[in-house]
Amino acid sequence: MPKRTDLKTIMVIGSGPIVIGQASEFDYSGVQACKALRAMGYRIVLVNSNPASIMTDPEFADATYIEPMTVEMAEQIIATEKPDAILPTVGGQTGLNLALSLSEAGVLDKYGVELIGASMDSIRVAEDRELFKNTMTEIGLQSPPSQVVGSVEAALAFVEEIGYPTLIRPSFTLGGSGGGVAYNEEQLHEVVERGIRLSPVNQVLIDKSLLGWKEYELELMRDGVGNFVVVCSIENLDPMGVHTGDSITVAPAQTLTDKELQRLRNMCRAIFDRIGITTGGANVQFAINPEDGDVYVIEMNPRVSRSSALASKATGFPIAKIAALVAVGLTLDEIKNDITRVTPASFEPSLDYVVVKIPRWDFKKFQGVDEILGPQMKAVGEVMAIGRTFTESLQKAVRSLDIGMSGLGSKVDAVENVSALRIATAQRLYQVATALRNGATPEEITRETQFDPWFVQQIAQTIGILDTVLSKGLKLGDLDAEDFRKLKQYGFSDIHIAQLIGSDERAVRQQRKDLGVTANYYRVDTCAAEFEAHTPYLYSTYEDDDEVFRSDKPKVMILGGGPNRIGQGIEFDYCCVHACFALKDMGYETIMVNCNPETVSTDYDTADRLYFEPLTAEDVMNIIDIEQPEGVLVQFGGQTPLNIANDLQEMGAPIWGTTVDTIDLAEDRKRFNALMSQLNVLQPPGTTVLSREDALKGAAEIGYPVLVRPSYVLGGRGMAIVFDEDQLNQWLDKNVEWSGHPVLIDHFLDDAFEVDVDAISDGQHVNIGGIMQHIEEAGVHSGDSACVLPPYKISQYHLDIIRDYTQRIGKAMEVRGLFNIQFAVKDDDVYVLEVNPRASRTVPFVSKATGHPLARYAAQIAAGKTLGDLNFLAEPHVDGFFVKEAVLPFQKFPMVDALLGPEMRSTGEVMGHASSFGHAFVKAQMAANMPLPLSGSVFISVNDFDKGSVARIARDLHQMDFKIVATEGTAEYLNKAGIPTTRINKVAEGSPHVVDALRHGEIQLVINTPLGMQAHEDGAAIRSMCYQVSVPLVTTISAAMASLQGIKRMKQKPLHVRSLQKHHAINELA
Amino acid sequence: MTNAVLVLEDGRIFPGVGFGAQGVMTGEVVFNTSMTGYQEILTDPSYHKQIVTMTVPHIGNTGINLEDMESHRVWVAGFVVRSLSPIVSNWRHHVDLDTYLRDQGVIGISEVSTRALVRHIRDKGVMRAAIAYGHGARDPQALIEIARRSPDMSGWNLVDDVTTTEPYNWTEHSNKAWYAEHASNGESPLVVAYDYGIKSNILRMMTDRGIRVTVVPAQTPVDEVLAMQPSGVFLSNGPGDPAAVDYAIDNVKNLLGEVPIFGICLGHQILALALGGKTEKMQFGHRGGNQPVKNLLTGKVEISAHNHGFAVSAESDLHDTEVTHVNLNDNTIEGLRHTSLKAFSVQYHPEASPGPHDSLYLFDEFVNSVKDQVPE
Repeated sequence: MPKRTDLKTIMVIGSGPIVIGQASEFDYSGVQACKALRAMGYRIVLVNSNPASIMTDPEFADATYIEPMTVEMAEQIIATEKPDAILPTVGGQTGLNLALSLSEAGVLDKYGVELIGASMDSIRVAEDRELFKNTMTEIGLQSPPSQVVGSVEAALAFVEEIGYPTLIRPSFTLGGSGGGVAYNEEQLHEVVERGIRLSPVNQVLIDKSLLGWKEYELELMRDGVGNFVVVCSIENLDPMGVHTGDSITVAPAQTLTDKELQRLRNMCRAIFDRIGITTGGANVQFAINPEDGDVYVIEMNPRVSRSSALASKATGFPIAKIAALVAVGLTLDEIKNDITRVTPASFEPSLDYVVVKIPRWDFKKFQGVDEILGPQMKAVGEVMAIGRTFTESLQKAVRSLDIGMSGLGSKVDAVENVSALRIATAQRLYQVATALRNGATPEEITRETQFDPWFVQQIAQTIGILDTVLSKGLKLGDLDAEDFRKLKQYGFSDIHIAQLIGSDERAVRQQRKDLGVTANYYRVDTCAAEFEAHTPYLYSTYEDDDEVFRSDKPKVMILGGGPNRIGQGIEFDYCCVHACFALKDMGYETIMVNCNPETVSTDYDTADRLYFEPLTAEDVMNIIDIEQPEGVLVQFGGQTPLNIANDLQEMGAPIWGTTVDTIDLAEDRKRFNALMSQLNVLQPPGTTVLSREDALKGAAEIGYPVLVRPSYVLGGRGMAIVFDEDQLNQWLDKNVEWSGHPVLIDHFLDDAFEVDVDAISDGQHVNIGGIMQHIEEAGVHSGDSACVLPPYKISQYHLDIIRDYTQRIGKAMEVRGLFNIQFAVKDDDVYVLEVNPRASRTVPFVSKATGHPLARYAAQIAAGKTLGDLNFLAEPHVDGFFVKEAVLPFQKFPMVDALLGPEMRSTGEVMGHASSFGHAFVKAQMAANMPLPLSGSVFISVNDFDKGSVARIARDLHQMDFKIVATEGTAEYLNKAGIPTTRINKVAEGSPHVVDALRHGEIQLVINTPLGMQAHEDGAAIRSMCYQVSVPLVTTISAAMASLQGIKRMKQKPLHVRSLQKHHAINELA
Repeated sequence: MTNAVLVLEDGRIFPGVGFGAQGVMTGEVVFNTSMTGYQEILTDPSYHKQIVTMTVPHIGNTGINLEDMESHRVWVAGFVVRSLSPIVSNWRHHVDLDTYLRDQGVIGISEVSTRALVRHIRDKGVMRAAIAYGHGARDPQALIEIARRSPDMSGWNLVDDVTTTEPYNWTEHSNKAWYAEHASNGESPLVVAYDYGIKSNILRMMTDRGIRVTVVPAQTPVDEVLAMQPSGVFLSNGPGDPAAVDYAIDNVKNLLGEVPIFGICLGHQILALALGGKTEKMQFGHRGGNQPVKNLLTGKVEISAHNHGFAVSAESDLHDTEVTHVNLNDNTIEGLRHTSLKAFSVQYHPEASPGPHDSLYLFDEFVNSVKDQVPE
């Protein structure tokens, strides 16, 4: 069936900000959908509040709306753009939810907009557990029995039916806190009683526990005439009980026979037929009893997902693209397989390799969070590796994580007792390997972990090889070609081998190459080599033959960012993808290296050649050896590629753009300070110390408050502001081991505000891309602070200094490409806090606000162009205001204090733009799911220092008919100042207190400013509750003032939407 | 630890580590892209005299169970894999693959660069090869000579090797866990199945649908078959060159119009030859569980299981016969139907095993045409 001609304009819904459980994989799927639909001639309207995404680049849609994803805003967009249809299936749960809300609000009917891709019914069945369960029963499939009960007796009666173990979760507590597993009646009593007590509605949900069952997922595709294919089968290493997003997963499934796998396929088909997922991608999750093969259907998603992105990368079958095409009427047999070019998309990929995905967690960022993995996802990113065998793939995945692991079997992961392996944690895989090395039997490991014995045996085999090398006491010269080949085929990295035999990485590499053992590359071709692959999507292994087929064109290699983590996410993928497009346009053959399956950079369509490989010096050099690129770009992928830049250069890689020496200059505190003083640029006074004694002395000299941080950590980990010697001692106790790594101490500029500058230099000239003013005061990590472009309250005097410093620093550091400077402005002075000679997190935001693609420019400069060539010599003018707001994961981590600080903890960002600052700020808050209220009660609780400022804010709020609520001290102060304030109990004063009021929806806005580490009564409980009930929380006075401005503006004038394309057109005229 | 080798007639050598039985064996080297179902493949008589390479790297993970057999023995001449599983993990397993192949006297070779081998076969075509484990593996050059002296698949009748010697009645059904249950209306018409190397699951699919099946040797004359008063005749899959099985082609010519006929794989080719068509050898055939076949009558695509190295030639002059199915990868003819006589066939394997179950409807169609035939 050819494409539908009754549709002209299609609205694509993105997934909004990056949050835990919904990350850049939806940027990948959204970009694919937009590209595919535009290529079919449709006009595309895109809605997504996330400015860091690639899909929101103006060239991917005809009208791009970076607006809050609410029904009201979406309706305005629909009214303006008049789409014929909405594709809601490529924007994750956010996309489906918005579509559902638009339908329920009658918007779709009102404007005659059709939903394509998934039917409303299929969305409902997938969402509603009860409906899903009944539907499964109807078609003869089992789903785990569950029931809501309000008493222990009822619980006992239900468990009588379903048997132990059973999973108990209190209703309506966030993160399932207070739940547990009961293996017998006694435990059931205990857990159910506790759960009922903790639940606000005094109910618990009892589920049949499938703990330890095998877990599988099938990725599916279906077109409008009912053609159906299984794109990929995925088997979880972690059995049931750990969220799939937190599980190590393997494709294809390894421990099912054909009969068993076809049964799952048949079940999927039955579900499709029953639910009527009209057209597109979907997945179904299954649990299988390892004892007898009993199958339960766990859930179904009628949309593309994190695992479909993984499956696309794992198979070469682009699920989101095909889903978009079948949604507009094409049938699978009408769509060509891009990779083989001769065969159709109506087939099931065959894999002749093994894919392993490992999640990446960032628990160190969240003190207090429960690190045990369970039914709620906690990972912030993931890596994927491809190898010919499970073990090769697994070890490649481990080193792709960029967590300092070179492979399995390290001593530090030893557990005292194998029974500790029963508990799923981020370390469990490594602990399993080390336990095997320390003599545990595979049977013991299987018993404790309930990993399938096959996986355990594979890991044991790997450890066996490691043991052989060790027990023979082999030295480098003893290893022959066959030894090397075997080690490499089991995925051992050179550095791991070096560690095992007491050598160094370079020597191992040289010896290996001398013996002729080098990596070869195979193609991911969807068909196990049955047909020729025309798409150079490659992975390394150590076997016969090579499928690189190098061309003679000039080449540039771009190193991607690796796994997403706090502080390094989609923004860097955006930069890599832009660099790639820019160099392609300049006529280079582009080579992308990355190991993050959630990205656009790892779409085989993005670069001319894609290497899905770990970003280690060894793995990258192996590719450089064979491809011989003219240049290697390391400054677009964040910290991961920068970390290996020096090694690469020493091994002869031609690093383009800013030199490795400049990168070192920026990171080496001594060199950097010397340069700044030479340039007469102010820095906050600071010192570097190696002992407690020096630390205390140094801090006293510098003067409190001081900003302290351990060196050699990433992303501000452990960074804190301390206000006196006691606090410094406490901090040192907790964070520092004095193992030779210094501690950095800087004077903290309190009451300063920060400014971020993104600039670009060609070595001769420097041009500023954008100056952003932080809304939160100094002390809040730049990644967590809201910021506004252009600055909304900063004097021309300061701006001139900032511009001057930027020019001088850029030139003095001989930057060639992007750089970012963080300034602090205090009184008359401007201080430089940090210079990063690479693409920064704010590059996509600035590019979207100004219409100037900074990453593209930087790539062109790296390739030898000048700013003059690019006609980018003047700082861009920005029409209106663009506010970037951080999105924080506190809702997922209720035990963590939701307080902003010098350590970055946000997972994503949103943007709001409007002609006034107030509206832009309101939109940003709305997009961050913390919409500012227009009426109601405001709870105010501030430290003494802020009382003066908050009184003005309270007065204005009162005048706008808000009710002011405060606890004793603040209430008294405000009442005295003539602002009528209602007093409310502190928690300690008994119910009903402030947390109760929040829970019951009696408070619509919270202004709460704590001071440093000063214990603030109730503060943490109040902040946590704000996130649980989605009440906007303001933790700084400057943000409170911005909120006030926003509320005022919103009362004067309603919000309007505007597409980026329209905005840029106006900007150009200005 | 190289102690086994696979050599090709064109001189290429693939070393590896042996498993199963030791010895030397020749055969045509082919590859299969199914990611599951090695047990069914090993026991499929169509692989007689073929050395089968699996493209999926890990083989043996689920061992061998007693249920998923396609015949009573292993037929492949040799088995080539990338990584043999050291253990078995599956609740149904009975024995591990290594032991099973040793008991069956079949040579296996692991640690082979199977992708390199597959790309070689893809580019150069399937060819004769020798596989050796143990002593015989020491002299690859000698093995190349042995491979070159072995018979070529073209023109080779292998049906005689694999067919049953005596007729027998098939009564076993499939396991309800894997295939849907079928309502039976009490009638049980008789189908005679010519055994050219029949897979058990074809028989199970028929008994599941209420059919009595008598399996007869390939050479059984038509009058003997008709004397059994069957309501239909089934032409099975099997190994070798269909054009070489001349008695079968003649038999089918005589059966046409007498009873409804359904053929699968070699049976399809023999039906085509009986209808005046031609068959030809393919470069490397179709072997796998992911092939897109379009049913031209419904317009739907079936993901199907394939195992064939010969195909009905597109230049065939088939009398009163329409092409019902084509392979979307390369336009191979995959299904035929006589326009007036009750005879149809498919090149691929609707019984799956291994592979997806998309094409089981063909058994329903055959059963329906057979039931129409039941004497009043």
